[in-house]
Amino acid sequence: MIEVKGIRKSFGSTEVLKGVDLYVEKGDVIAILGPSGSGKTTFLRCMNFLETADEGSMTFDKETYNLGHISKKDIGKIRRKTAFVFQNFNLFLNKTALENVTEGLIVARKMKRSQAEAMGKRALDKVGLSDRYYHYPHELSGGQQQRVAIARALAAEPEIIYFDEPTSALDPELIGEVLEVMRDLAGEGMTMLVVTHEINFARNVSTKVIFMEEGRILEEGKAQDFFENPKEERTRDFLRLVSREQTKAGI
Amino acid sequence: MSERLYGILLDSFWKILLPGLKMTIPLSAISFSLAMVIAVVMALIQFANIRILKHLARFYIWVIRGTPLLVQLYVIFFGLPGIGIVLDPFLSAVIVFSINEGAYGAEIIRAALESVPKGQMEAGYCVGMSYLQIMRRIVLPQALRTAFPSLSNSLIAMVKDTSLAANITVTEMFMATQRIVARTYEPLALYCEVGLIYLMFSTILTKLQRVGEKKLDFYGYQGGKS
Repeated sequence: MIEVKGIRKSFGSTEVLKGVDLYVEKGDVIAILGPSGSGKTTFLRCMNFLETADEGSMTFDKETYNLGHISKKDIGKIRRKTAFVFQNFNLFLNKTALENVTEGLIVARKMKRSQAEAMGKRALDKVGLSDRYYHYPHELSGGQQQRVAIARALAAEPEIIYFDEPTSALDPELIGEVLEVMRDLAGEGMTMLVVTHEINFARNVSTKVIFMEEGRILEEGKAQDFFENPKEERTRDFLRLVSREQTKAGI
Repeated sequence: MSERLYGILLDSFWKILLPGLKMTIPLSAISFSLAMVIAVVMALIQFANIRILKHLARFYIWVIRGTPLLVQLYVIFFGLPGIGIVLDPFLSAVIVFSINEGAYGAEIIRAALESVPKGQMEAGYCVGMSYLQIMRRIVLPQALRTAFPSLSNSLIAMVKDTSLAANITVTEMFMATQRIVARTYEPLALYCEVGLIYLMFSTILTKLQRVGEKKLDFYGYQGGKS
């Protein structure tokens, strides 16, 4: 469904991505792991053009684009098939939960309000927020805000959803409700690319795992192989460290 | 207080208030509305970083903020006739006050735009909205909420500054007072009286500001989470 090749990105003189390739099939749930500063978030942001890659190509639904010279029109075309969930939720602060979900449908996709609201309510019901349609973001907990963000992503019926550390800004007791929603989505066959520190999510939910370090993909494989049989020394170190941390934190 | 003075003050109250209602308020209202249009446009030009226009906007703000309001009034009303442009006093005042306030308002709104979290813009892009759609529906409304107290402040300041228009023969409250003083020779009492009327106007505006802030608070601006 999506194939990217040779993505490179520098900020000033620092090269953050040094040639990243990835192949995503429909229904894949890919977890991207790696230490901070390894370029995972930048990579995900390049996928949705929140950052422009310096080099690389993307094939999306059989059409190939040069990421270094992509037009605004093509960006719009790809974005219409994708959705993004941010670490800090980034809900529109001046809009209710329902308006957050319908805003893109009405304004960008020119959908009728009544139809958009029906879809928006369905999406909010799905993430368990049927009693929060008319609440503003500041009236919701972090976990609820992130679920609204997921509903907003879902509503546009994207082909893939990108998640950028969706639980990292949450209080520990709120992480579960967000992961549960994501697990349900994965179960329904939604294609997802998830930058995460949640080892258990990666282990139990994802179909494929990618380990990034210093702007490159160091190791990738089926989730089971990756966790039971990591090939690289660095991957093993990382997994040991993270699982120790998370056991300590009781996650 | 002598009965004579009391009579003068009572009599002049309406003679001062009336030009206040007929001149000061319309002059402030029209000028401030135009100023807000200028301010939003100038702020957006800078925020969106539009190349040549941005320099023009900076130049405009630099000149206007760097020169006295009174000088600007004189240039337009007494200066322009020298090159054949003769403007009516009220119109001159509207032009100067709106251009002047526009420069200050632009800076207030620009700062407010910059205070809106960057993620709001990114989230807008991710749901497929265009730059202008995001500005109009997401970023600008939030910025105006942030700017509202400062802009209210500017409005109050402008109402008081309209007294400067007396210098270019606009018969607003202050000029009306000067005329009564010239007739009655009671400067202390009368200038205090007009001061109180300005204070009355400002008080009403301050109250309105409170109400406005409450109304705009619907999305928990004061809550300030994330």
